[in-house]
Amino acid sequence: MKKMKFSRKILGIPYAAFLLLFVAAPLFVLIYYAFTNGQGQFTTANLTGFFSDPNTLGTLLYSFGIAVVTTGVCLLLAYPTAYILATSRLKAKSVLVMLFIIPMWINFSLRITALKEILTWLEGNLAYHPFLNTVIGMSYDFLPFMILPIYTTISRLDGALLEAARDLGADEAQAFLKVTLPLSLPGIISGVSMVFLPAMTNYVVLDMLYNSTYIMGSLIGSYFAAYNWHGGSMIALILLAIICLFTLFTSGMEEENTRGGTLL
Amino acid sequence: MDKRTNIIELKHITKTYEDGFSAVTDFNLEVKQGEFITFLGPSGCGKTTTLRMIAGFDIPTEGEILLNGEPITSLPPNKRPINTVFQRYALFPHMNIFDNIAFGLKQRKMPKRLIEKKVKKALELVDLEGFENRKTDTLSGGQQQRVAIARAVVNEPQILLLDEPLGALDLKMRKEMQLELKEMHRELGITFIYVTHDQEEALTMSDKIVVMSEGKMQQIGTPEDIYNEPINAFVADFIGDSNIFNGIMTGKLKARFCGGEFVCVDDVEEGTHITAVVRPEDVLLTSPDRGIIRGIVTSVIFKGMHYEIIVESGKNEIVAQSVNSASVGERVGVVVEPDNIHIMIAEDHTNIFKAEINKNYELEYNGRILNARITDIIKGSRMDEDGTLLDVNGLEIDRQKIRVMASIQPQDIRMTDEIEEGLVQGYISNLIYKGDHYSYVIHTDLEQDFVVDDEYLWNMEDQVGLLMPEEKMNFTVKR
Repeated sequence: MKKMKFSRKILGIPYAAFLLLFVAAPLFVLIYYAFTNGQGQFTTANLTGFFSDPNTLGTLLYSFGIAVVTTGVCLLLAYPTAYILATSRLKAKSVLVMLFIIPMWINFSLRITALKEILTWLEGNLAYHPFLNTVIGMSYDFLPFMILPIYTTISRLDGALLEAARDLGADEAQAFLKVTLPLSLPGIISGVSMVFLPAMTNYVVLDMLYNSTYIMGSLIGSYFAAYNWHGGSMIALILLAIICLFTLFTSGMEEENTRGGTLL
Repeated sequence: MDKRTNIIELKHITKTYEDGFSAVTDFNLEVKQGEFITFLGPSGCGKTTTLRMIAGFDIPTEGEILLNGEPITSLPPNKRPINTVFQRYALFPHMNIFDNIAFGLKQRKMPKRLIEKKVKKALELVDLEGFENRKTDTLSGGQQQRVAIARAVVNEPQILLLDEPLGALDLKMRKEMQLELKEMHRELGITFIYVTHDQEEALTMSDKIVVMSEGKMQQIGTPEDIYNEPINAFVADFIGDSNIFNGIMTGKLKARFCGGEFVCVDDVEEGTHITAVVRPEDVLLTSPDRGIIRGIVTSVIFKGMHYEIIVESGKNEIVAQSVNSASVGERVGVVVEPDNIHIMIAEDHTNIFKAEINKNYELEYNGRILNARITDIIKGSRMDEDGTLLDVNGLEIDRQKIRVMASIQPQDIRMTDEIEEGLVQGYISNLIYKGDHYSYVIHTDLEQDFVVDDEYLWNMEDQVGLLMPEEKMNFTVKR
């Protein structure tokens, strides 16, 4: 009698099917549209068009600028917060950490609407400061994603390492610069990638804050709204390539700092 | 007299934490230049806290620390010419071996060429030549330990502190490293302060041992002193295997313990309560008629170089080591040479007795079940539904492998004429008037002497029962 063989490979079939259907196929469709014209012929016009149009290039740079500034602002706010949270001896520490997480549970559009009211009250007309408003909105939205991984890496840091640095002649500031900071790099990297990538593409914040600036996300949206699927696909593909490069870069850095974990 | 100067002095050091727990109490110590000194004690005895105060990680709540006569009590660790080898190495994972070892030198802004030379020399010292560019996590535990040592000694500290540095290594590696550390100490000539709970390690390596318990220094001395002349029952029990008996002096150079009267060499006043310590290798077994006490062999274990023989005499257990075997059930006599009996004046008269653990895990003494529960005595332990005792980590505790010792103060025991009401029965074998009360020694039917304080006069040889309220008893567990 032949034995029924239940190979582990069988378990992989649903996953493979899912991948094929929802990842590979859409990507293929995206690539197809990006490199064809309205008649279904192969063309690189969409690609050259993107890089020769000052408007699209400007939007790319603008998005990039917003993402960089947002990430920078988040990092500057999150690192000291996470450091204080992780190193304080407060008994209510976990409550404080929760205070930073709980806003994430509140509906996103509600939070942005509230922020809009505050900004309108402060600035009068939101349209005067589009860049500033976008950065404020995104930083507010993404801050917890920066705090959490940094908090986790710092609180997992072995206290003996700091004592060793002090023992070997470093004062408190030097011990921080030579031990705590480099060892919290994995947390910083994962925080940066969790803020930078959404900040590149998110346009909901922008939309809801009612201003006229275009960033990459809204640019793609506008192409599809105008039924230019080929141009829209190409922009999406370019964005994908940028994100791929960024991820490769950060994961390469993470490999160098294999120790230290991330929460999310 | 040792002419070397004191490199470090600890004066009346006390460390009390915010929650009121005192880790170290009134600790005094002088360490001479170039000594290898070991703090030895069970976990929680305050040895690591003391080391951390010398390193500067903890600041004593009271007292003073002097380095070469200068006070350094509250100097931060980076300002002290003292380096530490940490228990779990604490190597910097983001640096290679070279940068780890060079950390302290770079901190002192030493020229690059000199740093390279010194690191190379330090690596040679720990036999890790050519390891400069390796990452810390590619090294074995033993190699990481060596790097940690190199990282500390490269700074040429005046004192090297070692906090259980070999604790995480396997036995063979540990033995090797013990010898190497000793060799390194000789080579470098700097003062080593070593912390361990391993008595064998302490005896092998140290010039001087400080035995600690519950935040206090119990005894300080050379390994030979500590082993041969333990100052109290704790030290005797902690260092090596010992038979420890409570007893009383019955005459000049005569002591009664373990149900027999032994001749000893320590001249202690008659009637004094004593603790007698006899090393297992000094217990001689002979024929029943020639022994001072008689007993039955209950266990014989071959230990390679000798047999470990347990003799039961009355309610006492005596451990003997002998090159000759014996058979279980054999009746033997026990003899101890006078100079092998170490008599210590009992520092207090606390009565200590062993409570039995029956198979239902209830505590028993003299056939009576005590109310105290074993789960209250062993912190974090619990009974599962099958009646197995589990420790805090959920692992089974074998009742054969633990000893529960109960202690009670003399003033908390009452004597009664209603003999059967007492937890244990006996007769008054000694009484001393102590000014405002009498101190009695009750020789019980279990061959153990209890000390009882009572303000009324009873007669010698009176049969009494001893009432011992359980709420006055203290239980401790030994594994």
